[in-house]
Amino acid sequence: MIYAVFAPLLFAVLIPFLSRWKEKVHTGWLILPVPFLIFLYFLQFVGPNFEPQVQSVQWIPSLDISLSFHLDGLSLLFALLISGIGTLVVLYSIYYLNHKEQLGHFYTYLYIFMTAMLGVVLSDNVFALYAFWEFTSISSFLLIGYWHYRERSRYGALKSMLITVLGGFSLLAGIILLTIVTGTTSIREMVAQADVIVDSHYFPFILAFLLLGAFTKSAQFPFHIWLPDAMEAPTPVSAYLHSATMVKAGIYLMARFSPILAGDPNFFFLLSLFGIVTLVWGSFMAVRQTDLKGILAYSTISQLGMIMAMLGFGTDVALFAAVFHILNHATFKGSLFMVAGIVDHETGTRDIRKLGGLMTFMPISFTLAIFGTFSMAGVPLPFLNGFYSKEMFFDATLVNSASGPFMEALVAALPVLAVIGSIFTFVYSMYLFFGTFTGKYKEEELPQTPHEAPKMMLLPPFILILGVITIGLFPEMFNQGLITHAADAVFGAENNQDIYFWHGLVPAFYMSVAVVVLGITLYLTKSKWEGIYSVLPGRLSFNRVYDWLIEKIETGSNKVTTSYMTGSLRFYMVLTLTAIFAITLGVLIQTNGVNFEVTDVAPITTKELIVAAIMAIAAIATIFVHNRIAIILIVGVIGYGLAILFVFYRAPDLALTQLIVETVTVVLFMLCFYHLPNLQKSTTPLLTKGVNVAISVGFGLLLMVIGVSAYNSRAFDSIADYYIENADPLAGGYNMVNVILVDFRGIDTLFEVAVLFGAALAIIAMIKLRRDKGAK
Amino acid sequence: MEIIMIGLASILFGAGIYNLLQKQLLRIVVGTVLISHGAHLYFLTMAQLKRGAPPLVVDGVTEYTDPLPQALVLTAIVIAFGVTSFLLVLAYRTYTVNKTDNMEELRGSDHE
Repeated sequence: MIYAVFAPLLFAVLIPFLSRWKEKVHTGWLILPVPFLIFLYFLQFVGPNFEPQVQSVQWIPSLDISLSFHLDGLSLLFALLISGIGTLVVLYSIYYLNHKEQLGHFYTYLYIFMTAMLGVVLSDNVFALYAFWEFTSISSFLLIGYWHYRERSRYGALKSMLITVLGGFSLLAGIILLTIVTGTTSIREMVAQADVIVDSHYFPFILAFLLLGAFTKSAQFPFHIWLPDAMEAPTPVSAYLHSATMVKAGIYLMARFSPILAGDPNFFFLLSLFGIVTLVWGSFMAVRQTDLKGILAYSTISQLGMIMAMLGFGTDVALFAAVFHILNHATFKGSLFMVAGIVDHETGTRDIRKLGGLMTFMPISFTLAIFGTFSMAGVPLPFLNGFYSKEMFFDATLVNSASGPFMEALVAALPVLAVIGSIFTFVYSMYLFFGTFTGKYKEEELPQTPHEAPKMMLLPPFILILGVITIGLFPEMFNQGLITHAADAVFGAENNQDIYFWHGLVPAFYMSVAVVVLGITLYLTKSKWEGIYSVLPGRLSFNRVYDWLIEKIETGSNKVTTSYMTGSLRFYMVLTLTAIFAITLGVLIQTNGVNFEVTDVAPITTKELIVAAIMAIAAIATIFVHNRIAIILIVGVIGYGLAILFVFYRAPDLALTQLIVETVTVVLFMLCFYHLPNLQKSTTPLLTKGVNVAISVGFGLLLMVIGVSAYNSRAFDSIADYYIENADPLAGGYNMVNVILVDFRGIDTLFEVAVLFGAALAIIAMIKLRRDKGAK
Repeated sequence: MEIIMIGLASILFGAGIYNLLQKQLLRIVVGTVLISHGAHLYFLTMAQLKRGAPPLVVDGVTEYTDPLPQALVLTAIVIAFGVTSFLLVLAYRTYTVNKTDNMEELRGSDHE
């Protein structure tokens, strides 16, 4: 199983080498067997006696993260869809993309996606699931932006990336909480602890995070906006990712966690509500589109909403129908995308207003489209699978029980909304079909003369349509071998339903009849009521919200940044000092650290006081003196004053060094000053700003308080005695300071020398090295 | 005496910070010099002032001033000197290249 998951990824590494010969052999042929073999591998499990399989490989054992794969009915259904439709899509793309395209890129991305998607549906470990989940987002981003020279492609890719990654992070938050609550990273063990999860006080967050993850990935209202823009991808990608597989990852997630979450009434409420709203809104918006892929995109949104709603109902019929519809939708939607791609490929446009009357030119595509669209519409014919699942959907909307006023309202509204959504589904299916293939042939508007596609290009949609018909004619065959097992996995118990074409005169039948009758009426009168779109979505669109949000985030963060990144050094200093001041003062008050009890101080002597007074006056004078020579001299006074203080305080080495350093510094100041031109020598009055004064005085006072407080709270004695006692015996020196500098703590001195050396080198470099102005 | 010295160090700090907040490059350098002076004095003061003889071993003397802060301040003085001289030359170069020592005008362009 693990080889099956990682085979596409391994081949993705080889694809760039294979694509070198793309002029001789289309790269697609070389790698076509990979998904097909995976499909055959998974096909062997199909059958009435299916037993779940488990395979596990260590990945990060210390974090309890492993690549453990669990193949149950649901995973099997998805794995078959991914590998089966993957094979057909690769075959289709061989004819869709010619060798002038960057085939290496295309197939590499596609195969990374295939591994990621197989990983999502087979992973039992939640973190492995998340890793594969993000891989699907990334590879989908790359595939949507495949024609990266088009602006719309880049826009669509970015949009889908932002929205799905938002959901991905939310999923991560959800699984982390699940792991915390249950203490395990395995989904099977989580299912076993379903009560613990539902009872935990994290449960509302878990539910919200998981729902957000599923809704963004599966394009549920109001996160559906990325899917129509993702139609900028090449059509094989749209057929594969955006109808059959990736957009069902959210569905898969909900189905997978359904045994855990379904016990909660909020789960029912939220999932059913959003699902049914998505169904109605998606089908309503689909009628408005003029682009074939646009119609299909909104159609996908609406069908996903329908599946989501059924997962929300949580009854045995509903879950069975949801699983059944996953299979059905993948078959007919995949084929419809391929047919749309063929129409695009052979006529040069996808605009339905320019198309029409293609029936005679493309009879095979026409035939395939009949089955696809009629199945999507749920036309009651015994060879269309869409009808079966739709009928079960209607059944499922009728049997929900509820508690509380909101839920009762929802339960009452569900059948009505379902019928409304299905009516619009019927209308856009008919519109899609008849608008493209019947009516007037508009020769002058088509960029190319239409003709039938090559036979091999028609093969993949043909196989899918064959699937539609086979499921339609022999539903029980699929039921026993595959769908029942998947439904069992979602329901968490035995869930064996029978699929009948004829239910008898039950409410669901009348609902279907109503859909067909009203759908035909609405389709025939479409031109009369189309005006409603300028009223209802009108200017209201979630795309506008998204664009507005993106723009606001950019301008807003730009505003914030420019507001404090002014480029003024003084402003930064003010910010830094204020922050230090506020934090220090806060900590001081918080810890009750202020302490003015003065004990154990040296006696005050007059000569020291005089020196101190001179220094203080000199320091303040630097502010008020505007003559620069005077400032330098005053700085010198302070330095020499400090040297005198060092003498008073029995620090001969310090006094010596301070004297020399001060002299050299003053000389340096003078030198530097000398080189400044005359103009700058003129004294400029200092801007005495209140802020500066406040900060300086505040800082001085703060340091005063800290100094006094710290001085009075000595925790322990100095370690000076050790140095005093051992300077002579251990180091053999009489000058303790020097002994400390070169013997006890010699490393300090070494690097101090290095600092001086570095400073000297830097000064030389600054003076000597000149870069020409032009050589920048 | 220590309290007065702490006060003096705080004054040096305050004056240094005020100079640091000015526009002219030279004043900023003066500010850093004042702040380092303040820091050195602060350092020495916090280790208690005048508790015995200078830290030179003399027979018969048992009370010495704490030698450790002196060693640390000595290191700090030298490093501060290195940095100050570097800053001064930097100011000089800044002036010769940009023809101004006004910090408000030295604001790096957006294109760098």
